[in-house]
Amino acid sequence: MKLIIGSLQLGLLYGILALGIYISFRILSVPDLTTEGSFAFGLSVSAAVTAMGHPILAIPAAMLAGALAGGITGILQTTFMVHPILAGIITMSGLYSVNLFIMGGASNLSLVRIDTIFKLIPGLSKQDTQTVLSIVACLLALVLLILFFRTHIGMCIRAVGDNDEMVRASSINVDACKVLAFCLSNAVIALSGALIAQYQGYADISSSSGILVIGLASVIIGEAVLGRRSVTIGFISSVVGSLIYRIIIALATKYSPLPAYMLKLLSAIIVGFALSLPAIRLRASIRRQKRGNPNA
Amino acid sequence: MLEIKNAVKVFERGTMMEHTALDHLSLHLDDGEFVTILGSNGAGKSTLFNAICGSFYLDEGTVSLGGINLTLMPEHRRARHIGRVFQDPMRGTAPNMTIEENLSLAHSRSTASPLSFAPTRREKALFRDRLAEFGMQLEDRMKTKVGLLSGGQRQVVTLLMCTIVTPRLLLLDEHTAALDPGTAAKVMEITQKIVAESHLTTMMITHNMSAALTTGTRTLMMDSGRILFDLSGEQRAGMTTEALLEMYSTTTHEKLDNDRMLFEKAHQG
Ligand SMILES: Nc1ncnc2c1ncn2[C@@H]1O[C@H](COP(=O)(O)OP(=O)(O)OP(=O)(O)O)[C@@H](O)[C@H]1O
Ligand SMILES: [Mg+2]
Repeated sequence: MKLIIGSLQLGLLYGILALGIYISFRILSVPDLTTEGSFAFGLSVSAAVTAMGHPILAIPAAMLAGALAGGITGILQTTFMVHPILAGIITMSGLYSVNLFIMGGASNLSLVRIDTIFKLIPGLSKQDTQTVLSIVACLLALVLLILFFRTHIGMCIRAVGDNDEMVRASSINVDACKVLAFCLSNAVIALSGALIAQYQGYADISSSSGILVIGLASVIIGEAVLGRRSVTIGFISSVVGSLIYRIIIALATKYSPLPAYMLKLLSAIIVGFALSLPAIRLRASIRRQKRGNPNA
Repeated sequence: MLEIKNAVKVFERGTMMEHTALDHLSLHLDDGEFVTILGSNGAGKSTLFNAICGSFYLDEGTVSLGGINLTLMPEHRRARHIGRVFQDPMRGTAPNMTIEENLSLAHSRSTASPLSFAPTRREKALFRDRLAEFGMQLEDRMKTKVGLLSGGQRQVVTLLMCTIVTPRLLLLDEHTAALDPGTAAKVMEITQKIVAESHLTTMMITHNMSAALTTGTRTLMMDSGRILFDLSGEQRAGMTTEALLEMYSTTTHEKLDNDRMLFEKAHQG
């Protein structure tokens, strides 16, 4: 039971990360390496502001920080025409120093005896507060994002990811749309980091390494379950994928002989395999055709 | 309406590949004119459209539309006044979005407030009515992703996207060339209907000589980044494709001869 509730909480909080990654990876069709930096940015800003005694203010502050990071990547990619992958790497590695600076030069910061938002609801146990807050936060992010991508500007961003040439021909500012989407994506990712820091009661910068692959794994697992149909379903499936991922991880750590540090390798294999699947299927169907199988 | 003065565009300037795609080209279009453009591959027809749309800036010369100077205006701002359909049906639409979403994107581009939901109920009704006029049953497939449509259907959606907010200028770049003859004729018919209804100023590139002579009100022949000749009125009405070909080959030969003479003179001198 404890295992399930713990996975549910983590699944929802990291589900917010998956929502942010879905925006760049599926809607813009660009894998955004800023993710690792902006997650840690959210983590460190949230921890630092919470340590100053403002756990609630920490959340919007972290989102703003994430949006800023995304904005830098976006502007590098559009105005300065830096290769999308490189733009993300540049921002990410710059943020490494920034994050250490925010945490006062240390790579981790403990919030043990400090009030976090998970201790703020009176009359509710810590465990229940964690459950309630993770459900509320994730649902709120999910619903707001679904609604946003049904507005005019949301539709423009989707079209930019789909066929940017056509968007340019419809007198919409493609670059502005891209930058906005990166801001939004990384603000959501930083939100996830901000909540995780307060949830765990400590911020550890190294916990953000490999976070992009974990988020991608969630998105892909979700799509495997619910299919790729629309953006709305895509957002929902990202959260579902994140929940499934956390359950797999919890089971793997509990019942398998694998040590916990093998988990990232496991995630990398899942993502690598899932992304290769279309090519593997294509090869297989060509081979079948060559053998003259009429069912090919 | 459209005024191009002395447009020059040189690609790869200063390299071995240097190539003059627009060579001091000037052109004036009146309001409501429908011009067809002929010319061999590489004549600079698409480059002329690119210059009008702002895919690049001209090296020399100016472009203005309806009295507004476009010469240094960025592409997406010009797009408010210009509709453009390409040969490739993939280029004009977003494949993973539905027909109504694509149309809404084009329709609400300048009017909608960014955070209003789209498409609105009013828009959906409008799109359905407009699509129904074309008799391709597209009005029943508003929620279909455009990527699932045939090339001809996609071109019709693109045409409607380009004209649902009446543009000052419509540019058609061989927009039926990738379609089978039957579909091409149908799309051409829809094009003429749309152009006539809104009295659109239109430029259409085609390789079909008879279509070029029978469609619209004026025909240009381009070659090497220049306008070789410009037919309208009686001269155009009396023109056959044979006479047009004849005219094309004599003009290009004259030009070749001229060039050769200049070249020889230069060497003798
Ligand atoms: N972006 C570019 N960079 C370099 N050269 C270009 C570019 N665009 C066009 N050109 C060159 O300019 C010339 C004119 O090309 P353009 O596309 O305008 O021809 P076109 O008349 O449209 O021909 P077609 O009938 O084949 O479409 C060609 O020689 C082409 O190679
Ligand atoms: Mg062309």
